[in-house]
Amino acid sequence: MAYYENIKEINMKKNQLLKNVLFNIFGLLILTTFGCKRDVGGLQSPTFPTTAEVFIDGFTGDLSYAAYGTSDVRAFQVDNQVGYGNTTISMRYDVPDANSPNGSYAGGTYLSEIGRDLRGYNALTFYIKASQAATIAEVGFGDDLDLGTKQHQVALKNLQVNSSWKKVIIPLPDPSKLSREKGLFYYAAAPENGRGYSFWIDEVKFEKLTDLSGLTGVILNGDNRTISNAENGDKISLSPFEVSVNLPTGVNQRASISPYYLTFSSSVPSVATVNELGIVSVLSAGTTVITATMNGNITLGKLNLTSIGLAGFPPTPAPTPTRNAANVISMYSNAYTNVAIDTWNTRWLFSTAEESFVKINTDDVIRYKTLNFVGIEFTSNTINASTMTNFHLNIWTPDNTTLPNNFKIKLIDFGANNTFGGGDDKEHEITITRPTLVSNNWVTIDVPLSSFTGLTTRSNLAQMVFSGTIPNVFVDNVYFYK
Amino acid sequence: MITIYKQLKTPLFTTLSFTLLLLLSLSSCKKEVVQTLPEREWTLVWSDDFSGAAGSKPDNTKWSFDIGRGPGGDGWGNQELQYYTDRSSNVQLDGSGSLVLTARSESFAGAGYTSGRIKTKDLYAQAYGRFEARIKTPTGPGLWPAFWMLGSNIDAVPWPQCGEIDIMEQRGQHPSITYGSVHGPGFSGRTSISKAYALTSGRFDTDYHVYAIEWGVDFIDYYVDNFLYYRITPKDVDGEWVYNHPFYLLFNVAVGGNFVGFPTTGTPFPQSMYIDYVKVYKQL
Repeated sequence: MAYYENIKEINMKKNQLLKNVLFNIFGLLILTTFGCKRDVGGLQSPTFPTTAEVFIDGFTGDLSYAAYGTSDVRAFQVDNQVGYGNTTISMRYDVPDANSPNGSYAGGTYLSEIGRDLRGYNALTFYIKASQAATIAEVGFGDDLDLGTKQHQVALKNLQVNSSWKKVIIPLPDPSKLSREKGLFYYAAAPENGRGYSFWIDEVKFEKLTDLSGLTGVILNGDNRTISNAENGDKISLSPFEVSVNLPTGVNQRASISPYYLTFSSSVPSVATVNELGIVSVLSAGTTVITATMNGNITLGKLNLTSIGLAGFPPTPAPTPTRNAANVISMYSNAYTNVAIDTWNTRWLFSTAEESFVKINTDDVIRYKTLNFVGIEFTSNTINASTMTNFHLNIWTPDNTTLPNNFKIKLIDFGANNTFGGGDDKEHEITITRPTLVSNNWVTIDVPLSSFTGLTTRSNLAQMVFSGTIPNVFVDNVYFYK
Repeated sequence: MITIYKQLKTPLFTTLSFTLLLLLSLSSCKKEVVQTLPEREWTLVWSDDFSGAAGSKPDNTKWSFDIGRGPGGDGWGNQELQYYTDRSSNVQLDGSGSLVLTARSESFAGAGYTSGRIKTKDLYAQAYGRFEARIKTPTGPGLWPAFWMLGSNIDAVPWPQCGEIDIMEQRGQHPSITYGSVHGPGFSGRTSISKAYALTSGRFDTDYHVYAIEWGVDFIDYYVDNFLYYRITPKDVDGEWVYNHPFYLLFNVAVGGNFVGFPTTGTPFPQSMYIDYVKVYKQL
């Protein structure tokens, strides 16, 4: 998360901040005072305070506050004029303007120095209102500033607030893990349309609510996802990780959670394994189902994964071009200086193509998977091929190339107006089949531009489309020449 | 098949069952609620425990379906949004002893939602007695589950003159609250005679609860889990007491409408009401 950059600055800013904040830390004192009597018969694991309150008209004694790096460290203060209920005290947050020299957002975390035993609760709750309708980027639980993991984090994102107090409920996905929790509450809020505003939070406490229901973990947005063309070595994340709960209002609410609340498993571990962060590693050909549990209950969402095993890769690079660079306009080749291409995959609607840039030995090659069609654009710097005579590329495919399988290339010229449409666009598509098209060998496609009969202008070439019936294609040495 | 159901003077030690009023007066002390219930003896005369194969329809000698959006096509007089069907996706036995009515968010015959509504009209009706069902209700803003009765003379004597007794109605946005009501001439719709009952712990959609009325010549007593929370007598209604003729039973899950408001983007769908059994007794 971007909000946690530069956390090294926090300690420094924390000291600076403590001068401004009206509370002290008593917790450590209490612990040391009561620490003298020692029962040596049967030592038990230490237990920590079960205090529910975080802020209710004042802070509990064990608390400290750390502002996030690059945030406005003075954003938070105790407000003695506004409060929820009958009191006039709350926590106020002044979100800065977008370009404030003090910081670009408001954010920080409240830490228990000792740690709290929260196993008897199931939710963190508080009341919130703002000076205007606003969307608060994140409020949550479990940010103990442990840089690596934040294993107990729960984040409610894009919380909508307005000028009336409303109660917010953040469920604790698995309280049994919270025997010594230090990160009690955190927030991060950015300006609204570039302008700052204020919001207030009060009655922050842990509760054991009886009117929550349907607590369940969620992976993959709750979808039953199918991947049928995974390959050895693929890494697939099961994120986002979420907890879903039905609130006392009957509404389902989802919050982001740390993957450490979940236990992942693969039905066939020889095909793919999944680690504790929910990253699936594909190992061999076959099919497996990846699922997760939270508190022993199956989550919403699962991954049906089929791996084709080892993917077919060209064993050797494509032949190196030998034409004089002066006679070449190259789009993709290690042999020439290439013109700028906006994208090798426009991801147009209904395109399933996935591109990646791989090396065969030292040669750079574009790899397309699941190719039905793919758009390639160079509209920013259109290519003037009016003096060129031929179009060249090398392709390699492991797929079946017997008829009627084919590979198609379309070139599109934007015409004199150099923009899409306007009546002067020209295009032509050629189709490559057997015997030119073969499997498991580099195929050289070298076509006179005169064969692109519909392409009557070619001084503003702007788009190219690859399509056809072979889903796996490696592409190299794409250039025009004369 | 005569079963005797005898309700004794039983102290009810319950933490679940507080009325709203009791809640207010007792919230500060942990006192056990002791109710002295009227002593009545009942004999079972009609019931359905909804046993049957999973996916099958309820017994057609006991139940018929309401289909569509109401006689006026106006959402059954309440601007409800659902289209009732007799498809198994909306009404079916679950194979483990419950009838399931499921509200779904789907386009169907011009409506945005589908659901189920079944009734014993022309199949069973009775005046007076104990009417009870064990139900797990759905939740979510805009969900309106109900277990209720209408006067069986409704075709000759239109609503509200025929009378309506609502044994259980809930608003999905308040899953801890249930309502018991009567509608009649001069006190129908928003002016019905009604009372809410709230759980102090837990929710109605997470577990089965037993909803019942005991109905006599001049009273209707409302129960949740055998806790008496409301009695309606002729002096409580601002009109004619129209509860001296047979009524038939209905179960339904409505979506939207005047009582409950519209579903929101946060309303989870599909939502199901599970009915474990329904039993009708006569007083001995």
